[in-house]
Amino acid sequence: MKPAAFDYHAPADAAEAVALLSGLGEDAKIIAGGQSLVPMLALRLAVPEHLVDLRRADGLRGIERRDGVLRIGACTTQAMIERSAEVARDVPLLARATPLIGHFQIRNRGTIGGSLAHADAAAEYPAVALALGARIQARSPRGERTVPADRFFTGMWTTELAEDELLTAVDFPVRDGRAGFAIEEFARRGGDFAIAGAAVAVELDGDDRVRRCGIGLFGLGSTPLRAAAAEASVTGAAVAGIDADEVGRAAVAESGSVPADLHASADHRRHVGAVVVTRAWRRAVQEAAHA
Amino acid sequence: MPDADIRMRVNGVTRRATVPPRLTLADYLREHCGLTGTHLGCEHGVCGACTVLLDGEAVRACLVFAVQADDADVTTVEGIAAPDGELSPVQAAFRDNHGLQCGFCTPGFVLSVTALLRDNPDPTDEEIREGLSGNLCRCTGYQGILKAVRAAAGTAAGGAAAAEEPR
Ligand SMILES: Cc1cc2nc3c(=O)[nH]c(=O)nc-3n(C[C@H](O)[C@H](O)[C@H](O)COP(=O)(O)OP(=O)(O)OC[C@H]3O[C@@H](n4cnc5c(N)ncnc54)[C@H](O)[C@@H]3O)c2cc1C
Ligand code: FES
Ligand code: FES
Repeated sequence: MKPAAFDYHAPADAAEAVALLSGLGEDAKIIAGGQSLVPMLALRLAVPEHLVDLRRADGLRGIERRDGVLRIGACTTQAMIERSAEVARDVPLLARATPLIGHFQIRNRGTIGGSLAHADAAAEYPAVALALGARIQARSPRGERTVPADRFFTGMWTTELAEDELLTAVDFPVRDGRAGFAIEEFARRGGDFAIAGAAVAVELDGDDRVRRCGIGLFGLGSTPLRAAAAEASVTGAAVAGIDADEVGRAAVAESGSVPADLHASADHRRHVGAVVVTRAWRRAVQEAAHA
Repeated sequence: MPDADIRMRVNGVTRRATVPPRLTLADYLREHCGLTGTHLGCEHGVCGACTVLLDGEAVRACLVFAVQADDADVTTVEGIAAPDGELSPVQAAFRDNHGLQCGFCTPGFVLSVTALLRDNPDPTDEEIREGLSGNLCRCTGYQGILKAVRAAAGTAAGGAAAAEEPR
């Protein structure tokens, strides 16, 4: 239960971190909060020869409003997000998702960049990023680029990031118009990873039709999922005529590979998944109608 | 794999050492500092027995490498009581309310609750339960621990005694 030996680097900024990653190649791994990586090192599921620690890297931490988005630096901790008045006001879905992550001791170290880069299919932040259409900022020796959340999660624990690419920040659209948001999950004990969960963002027009809808699912596939077909089926429809139970069923039907493990069978997960989508949908619509 | 020079303040005492990067903060405290009050249950972040304060914040010492605590302030259970040995309000409340039995989990609970009450001196029962959810106890059945936290919250000093403000 002890990690294997590695070399330790603590670069002073993002540029130095990227230079180290490209120089060291695939033997190097970034460590941010360490709340997912250190358990993997202890269990020797990961055995990197070099750890590149972002703890001293300037400019990767903080929350900043800029034209229509709230930009959150990769190394901003979940605890900082939980305490942020800007996040609560501008990106309420992210604020509501944060207390569901682990325990406060975990959130004191864990970062938003780590949560997204780790891309656990059962984690809250990836589903929130999908529901809101967040944009992920990345930097490599080839320059900077922006990856939309729905192109970011490419497979089990894998993302669009290259080996030598650093996630530097995430841009969330600032709440606007008649919008409502909700996240619902079911876990056996508070703080555990959820058996299934859903994050829903809904915007209504002046005639109570759905102008926009984002549904992110977690625990329901091998990656964080966006329920694109369910979103499309409600977009443009009069909200009064939409059957919430049907939205839940439709969203879950999109996952081709619902996991089964000792916590829940695939059938049970599918059932719980439909229930949490339905609940989140109802609450989000209610909030939007009163916004 | 070169060793690294580190310096940190542990319970107010400055300590220097040269350590391998893979050494966790928990093992550093136990084996290099002789502070065996920080217990190790699971060593992957689940049980909370290893909880310490790092720059004032409660964290899992098994999920931090000692090199990552270079320049930091660390408080362990050995640093919670007053210098004359008088128990902190949280420690006294655990003793008085059957908040421990074998005591294996207790250091982690004491540090977690100390931080919890500093940040929220008058928690509701639900907030207490939520705040305790990251620490596992295999003996007490938790009811004594809940009572202890309620009692500690009621004492004027709350948990503030030994916890420094986060930087
Ligand atoms: C007991 C326990 C319970 C937990 N419960 C939950 C839960 O309910 N929900 C949940 O979502 N999470 C949970 N977690 C995980 C926690 O949220 C982690 O903080 C998070 O998954 C990873 O963030 P980190 O900063 O700790 O990343 P690290 O562990 O440091 O890194 C994780 C991965 O991301 C990579 N990485 C990190 N930062 C960057 C970056 N800037 N650019 C590129 N790659 C990067 C690393 O190389 C590594 O592969 C739990 C953890 C524990 C120990
Ligand atoms: S030993 Fe660190 S959480 Fe269990
Ligand atoms: S008192 Fe024995 S584990 Fe908690």
